[in-house]
Amino acid sequence: MRRPFSFSTETQLGGAMRPIKTAVSISAMAAGLAMASAAWADDAAPTVPYVDSGRLLLTQGVSNIEGAAGGGLATWAVISGYGTKDAVGGNVHATYVNLPSYTLQDYGAAVGLFDRVELSYAREEFDTGSTGAKLGIGKNFTFDQDVLGAKVKVLGDAVYNQDSLIPQIAVGMQYKHNEQDAIVHAVGAKEADGVDYYIAATKVFLNESLVVDTTLRFTKANQTGLLGFGSARDDNYHPEFEGSVGYLVTRQIVVGAEVRTKPNNLGFAKEDDWYDVFAAYAINKHLSATIAYADLGSIATFNNQRGVYVSLQAGF
Amino acid sequence: MSASRSLRFAAALLCGAALFAAGSVCAQEATSAPTPMGTSPSANPAGADAIPGDGVYKAFHEQAGIDRIIDDFVGRITTDPRISERFKGANLVRLRFELKAQVCYLTGGPCTYTGKDMKTAHAGMDLKNLDFNALAEDLQLAMDKERVSFPAQNRLLAKLAPMQRAVVTK
Repeated sequence: MRRPFSFSTETQLGGAMRPIKTAVSISAMAAGLAMASAAWADDAAPTVPYVDSGRLLLTQGVSNIEGAAGGGLATWAVISGYGTKDAVGGNVHATYVNLPSYTLQDYGAAVGLFDRVELSYAREEFDTGSTGAKLGIGKNFTFDQDVLGAKVKVLGDAVYNQDSLIPQIAVGMQYKHNEQDAIVHAVGAKEADGVDYYIAATKVFLNESLVVDTTLRFTKANQTGLLGFGSARDDNYHPEFEGSVGYLVTRQIVVGAEVRTKPNNLGFAKEDDWYDVFAAYAINKHLSATIAYADLGSIATFNNQRGVYVSLQAGF
Repeated sequence: MSASRSLRFAAALLCGAALFAAGSVCAQEATSAPTPMGTSPSANPAGADAIPGDGVYKAFHEQAGIDRIIDDFVGRITTDPRISERFKGANLVRLRFELKAQVCYLTGGPCTYTGKDMKTAHAGMDLKNLDFNALAEDLQLAMDKERVSFPAQNRLLAKLAPMQRAVVTK
């Protein structure tokens, strides 16, 4: 099953129908997994060793596009799932971003081990739709990328240490493999594979009901790797910034904004920094939904790629 | 984005966040009344210095509200399957009395906490983060029931959260 969210009938369906059907399909999958994991975790929590769902609601953030715990675009220092230092946790997620010229489908899973280590996988499918024909790579040409991530919390605690300014700090790496090797080389990328390294600092400021993250990422990625890594003119690692600020409206709802800066390696098209405003709703510790409005700037010569981002996450 | 611009951006936001938090910490220290046991939180048996002003105390509906919250809270923790075992054989009358005084004091009310410090009170209980967080969740539910505003709830939780270091020993 190479592309679980693609539809064989997509050429018959109108452009408007396909994203809706896809979103419904993603929602159904996440909801099903949520119910399964909720039933399991609720029954199992008191008795199954290493499952406690013991951390406070929303303190794991949400699954970001690369599969790590974070905001939507930024990667945070928190560990996926609600497991405490005595337990394991984890999530599956499905995300859909509807842009004027493209769509991004993204799904994956992450496990958190003892509130210390996070291992994650995400599959990104960046569908060029009718834009593919205009780019000369074919209608509905899709860039597929796998992201394998590892994150280690090195110090601090985002929630407990409210009497100190020291945030929770984690370091991590993400191995990215873009399957469209020939095309990413054709657009000028040097490699179809790359590794990002990052250091993230996240803190909840309870007095202000705020959660703040700042992350420094070292990367060669073009459009996070969807267009490969580096180029003939620039194959160096670039330090890039990711930041999120969220206001905790209730125990279940956080609203905020994010920024993510990116390199600009490719010659054929400029690349912009990314922004979003988001609202995340944790129904309980097993199911949460995020909706955002994202500005992804210019992508492969198509400007003003702004659209709605929806994500569902299920876990324990 | 150039490397230097990106780094400046990161530094600025980190400093902004730090200053924001430092500002409130500084404001707190400047207006905080001296506590009976001195100004160091570690020397204060209540586990932290009181929140300055009476805004949070009023948001908790003063002593009557705190009494209702703690009565409800003790009912929750003694029936919460995650932690109820911890309270088997405990003197619940005394627990309610101490918690009411502690929350009254911490929220800025006219009370003095005369109970044990947090480390002594929880010594030998082998408490885990799960226990500490379950208790926090039960307190949130009790504060919700009293309709304490979420920001005011978080002001109290900001005082309680660092007590994890004294309470959780396992």
